[in-house]
Amino acid sequence: MTKTEKSNIIKGLLFTMPWIIGMCLFTLYPTIMSVYYSFTDYSLLNAPAPVGLQNYKDLFVDEVFLKTLSNTWIYAAMALPFGMIVSLFLAILLNQGIIARPLFRTIFFLPSLVPLVALAILWNWLFRTNDGAINALLEMVGVTGPDWLGSTLWAKPALVITGLWGCGQAVVIYLAGLQEVPRDFYDAARVDGANWYQQIRHITLPLISPVIYFNLIMGCIGTLQIFAVPFIMTNGGPLRSTLFYSMYLFQQAFRYLNMGYACAMAVILFFMIAALTWVAHMISRKHIYYGGA
Amino acid sequence: MSVISSRKVSDFIAKIPLYILLLAFSAIFLFPLYWMICTSLKDIVEANMAPPTWFPHELHWKNYWDVTQTIPFWRYTANTLFLCFASVIGTTISCAMAAYGFSRFAWPGREKFFLLTLATMMIPFPVMMVPLYAEFKAFGWIGTNLPLWVPAFFGSAYNIFLLRQFFLSIPKELSEAAIIDGCSEWGIFWKIIIPLAHPALMVVGLFCFMAVWNDFLGPLIYLMDPEQFTLALGLQQFQNKHGGTDVTLLMSAATLMILPIIILFFFTQKSFIEGISLTGMKL
Repeated sequence: MTKTEKSNIIKGLLFTMPWIIGMCLFTLYPTIMSVYYSFTDYSLLNAPAPVGLQNYKDLFVDEVFLKTLSNTWIYAAMALPFGMIVSLFLAILLNQGIIARPLFRTIFFLPSLVPLVALAILWNWLFRTNDGAINALLEMVGVTGPDWLGSTLWAKPALVITGLWGCGQAVVIYLAGLQEVPRDFYDAARVDGANWYQQIRHITLPLISPVIYFNLIMGCIGTLQIFAVPFIMTNGGPLRSTLFYSMYLFQQAFRYLNMGYACAMAVILFFMIAALTWVAHMISRKHIYYGGA
Repeated sequence: MSVISSRKVSDFIAKIPLYILLLAFSAIFLFPLYWMICTSLKDIVEANMAPPTWFPHELHWKNYWDVTQTIPFWRYTANTLFLCFASVIGTTISCAMAAYGFSRFAWPGREKFFLLTLATMMIPFPVMMVPLYAEFKAFGWIGTNLPLWVPAFFGSAYNIFLLRQFFLSIPKELSEAAIIDGCSEWGIFWKIIIPLAHPALMVVGLFCFMAVWNDFLGPLIYLMDPEQFTLALGLQQFQNKHGGTDVTLLMSAATLMILPIIILFFFTQKSFIEGISLTGMKL
């Protein structure tokens, strides 16, 4: 090893030292310990006692756990497609060469800045059954609004609507993607007689597909971690219809002190996210158009 | 009227349906914010009327003063601001250093460490939540605000990744010229790279500030003493306690919590939008 190489290693390690320590202490160690605790009975008050696969066996017969899994995926199946359609639609509107585009973009973006706690408290108030603004607006057009957050049928859709309000970040991301699509493509298509639907279907969508996939996968990963808004708005109710994966993990860990059990959930969560990331990677290699490359 | 401007006018007319749609959506997106402010200015009797009134009969600005007296609002704000600033300083410095080490000069092992860094981006907080709690408990940090800002001084994978991308785009010749002039590696980092990376550091700092201001789960897990609560946690506790009784104060508090973020946004709009497009486009 030459002298410069040696001094470069020292320099490299010095610059990255805080991060390497941080990565070990606050990421790698907890992740490995999560796996270890998942094979133990651990209440935080006494030392973890190994129990083998018991936590995992319990999980798959735990009706509440299975309920939170299905709740989470049902929510994702509603929230992600709607979110994509609405934000893509708004981005396409904004991309039509309109005046005052920055103004409209800001209006759509603003709600996504609202801190989740404030957002949850605000929508709790909007969704009130008798004196809520949404049901009052529905009443004006002759519809009797449901008991949103109090009914097993409407609580999830209410959370989906709440989530849609914060789709502004996706709008900005889609808009940036749309602006990369060359104008000539549309001009050429128009010369060939393509209508607006054909233009969107055969030019816009294929060309911004990487952005769409990226957003959907990130959305899935985000949904698996959704916590603050349902915790504050419904706290999982009614009848556990809005109890989501991370909320149950939190309950098991910090309400019932079943740390081992919670860690088994954490490990399963990790594998779900790893699988999603892998799927995203495979799809993007097969089906996605990357400009030029 | 010239040919060009008449074409502009007909173009505008063709787009009228488009503007109607945009205005309709704008109304939908703005309504909840309007409703929050509207409720925050009503008196409590009017706020609980069914059906609700669409505009306050009288503007009760005093609600904003009252809420800062009903809950320790300024204490919560000070606690939150401390966490925000400590985290922003810690994150930008530690991430810039690591990003520099991963991008500006070669050393054996660099690629391996960087790959590991990328891999940790996939691990979400809930996966580590329990062992982190046990770890901080062993440190004696539970019930203090240390778990909420000390880790920021030890970097975060995503920000390192973003800054590294930016550092790679800075011409190598700048560093080489500085070395010839006898500048140390730290000098290059501090005097050349950091000033040039200003926009990227802005984005990282801004998003860090927002994340800490918004964080609810962290304070919920680690803080016990109401004296140390953040705005997010304090507001949630206030809602729990008041169970919908004094909604005017609740909406005033929510407005006050949103306001600094909106102001921050308007001052840094360019960084914001760039940052989001940048992070979204990076595959």
